[in-house]
Amino acid sequence: MTRLSRSARQDLAGWGFSAPYLVVFVVFMAGPILAALWFSFTDFELANLVDPLGAPWIGLDNYTRALDDPEVARAATNTLVFVVVGVPLSVSAGLVAAVLIENGFTRLESVFRVGFYLPVVTSIIAIAVIWRFMLNPNIGLVNRALEVVGVDGPSWLNDTSTALPSIIVMAAWRNLGQSMIILLAGLKGISPNLYEAARVDGASGFQQFLHITIPQLRPVLLFALVITSIGYLQVFEEPFVMTGGGPLDTTLTMAMVIYEQGFNFFHLGYASAVAYLLFIAIAALAFVQFKVLGDDD
Amino acid sequence: MAATTAPPTAGERTADQQADGGAAPAGPEPTTRSRASRVAITGLLVLGLFLMAGPFVWMILSSLKTQAEITAIAPSLLPEDPTLDNYVALFRRLDFLRYFWNSTLIAVLVTLGNIVFTSAAGYALAKIPFRGRGAVFGIVLATLMVPTSVTLVPLYILMSRLSLLNTYAGVILPLVAGPFGVFLMRQFMGQLPDDLIEAAEVDGASHLRIFARIAMPLSLAPVAVLGIFTFLGTWNAFLWPLIVLTDQDKYTLPIALALAAIGQNSTDYGLLMAGSVAIITPVVVVFMLFQRQFTESIAMTGIK
Repeated sequence: MTRLSRSARQDLAGWGFSAPYLVVFVVFMAGPILAALWFSFTDFELANLVDPLGAPWIGLDNYTRALDDPEVARAATNTLVFVVVGVPLSVSAGLVAAVLIENGFTRLESVFRVGFYLPVVTSIIAIAVIWRFMLNPNIGLVNRALEVVGVDGPSWLNDTSTALPSIIVMAAWRNLGQSMIILLAGLKGISPNLYEAARVDGASGFQQFLHITIPQLRPVLLFALVITSIGYLQVFEEPFVMTGGGPLDTTLTMAMVIYEQGFNFFHLGYASAVAYLLFIAIAALAFVQFKVLGDDD
Repeated sequence: MAATTAPPTAGERTADQQADGGAAPAGPEPTTRSRASRVAITGLLVLGLFLMAGPFVWMILSSLKTQAEITAIAPSLLPEDPTLDNYVALFRRLDFLRYFWNSTLIAVLVTLGNIVFTSAAGYALAKIPFRGRGAVFGIVLATLMVPTSVTLVPLYILMSRLSLLNTYAGVILPLVAGPFGVFLMRQFMGQLPDDLIEAAEVDGASHLRIFARIAMPLSLAPVAVLGIFTFLGTWNAFLWPLIVLTDQDKYTLPIALALAAIGQNSTDYGLLMAGSVAIITPVVVVFMLFQRQFTESIAMTGIK
């Protein structure tokens, strides 16, 4: 057997080592992303599972139907509200926590860091179950606490005006730790000299925050905003456990529509089209955030 | 935990404060003022910590109460007559051990897969100068943030064709080698000295040997981080297992808990809280043990 040249051996080793990852990528990610596009143009139902490629091609019908579907419109609106309100709320809460921790006593830092981050790593299902109990109008912690101060709390998850805001606040509570960890790392990267110079010039604490901290944190803030947005656009577990999308579809989300259409009704072609619309929205939002916040880099 | 990170930063702080005091003579007693503001900040943070911990404390306390006490008109904070009945019911009324085993099995296998496969790819991307390396890394970066919702339907159809619906393999296979692991391992293995790899190559060692005997033993810390991340993520995973697993005896803990919460046990809050404690406790233990590596690595991968 002839000896392979050094570069050929490197190529073989490089591709060989990458092969398991690449196989998983092609079979379980790239393939499915393309397949979802294909299926979104077909009338794929449960019966087509035996012969997926034989599903009847119906062109853009699924898309026109989705754009006309009041349930999709409702879910899209709710999801958008979730992102537009929830993302700034979560990231700014994380920013406040990070700035406070960075300016507090150093010895206590890891206690707060762990405490604020813990909900992020715990099961979202367990969190949603706990919060559903806490928000129970009669026996939940929230209304029982309000009772003590003489306030008659609403039926949080059963009222059309409070259900979505309740879930948004819960999501911000759970996810602020993620932004906090990322931003805390960013804060540690800011040179103390910048603050030093600002203090010499007589800048107040708030001015320093506005003119040094925020601009210096921009790439890190961008990262926190993008990953929080991508997560929130796909919000599913919270309404699934807490409200089932109700009352009156006020907490129905895009991911819930995909799940219901795909796996309760087995309108798999239609579900693919809705999933693609969401996919495009996610890509567009990430692109816009990079454009708006990342243009200096 | 706190002691390990404190000393160097604390030193910087003191220097900072002294410099502050010297540079801004206008403020009255700057060091004391700074200390006072730190006390105020700590007060706010402690308040925040109460808000973060409150629901978990409520969960634990409620799991120890009887249904009568939970629904009593006069509320109680501490359980008046603490009972483990809710935990007993987890085993009697729900097939809890089964779900615990299913969750553990799936999480362990996904974790092992990621440790082996993504370390290998990470090593190749960091230390083997092969043609196409840039393209492979490009794929990793591009797929780091791909939303899972778009692949659910095709993956379901694929698993149906492969007869893997309602099997552990069906849940596990798409998760065994994620881009996050490749990215993490590439970042860490990139820090290993090139001289070390080249010296071994000159001595005639193959990349497989260098990977197994040199790169991996020197990367135990990042492997631990990858392992914890993957284990926790899989342990908490919900939507994909929910779609694949249809038989009750295949359910994972989150599926069993969610379906109990929206099904016939929906008002048995003591039982649901005990179930939540059971899902959360292993995670909290793992997280507390490794929290430093965990948070530091998030910072690293988040920024680099």
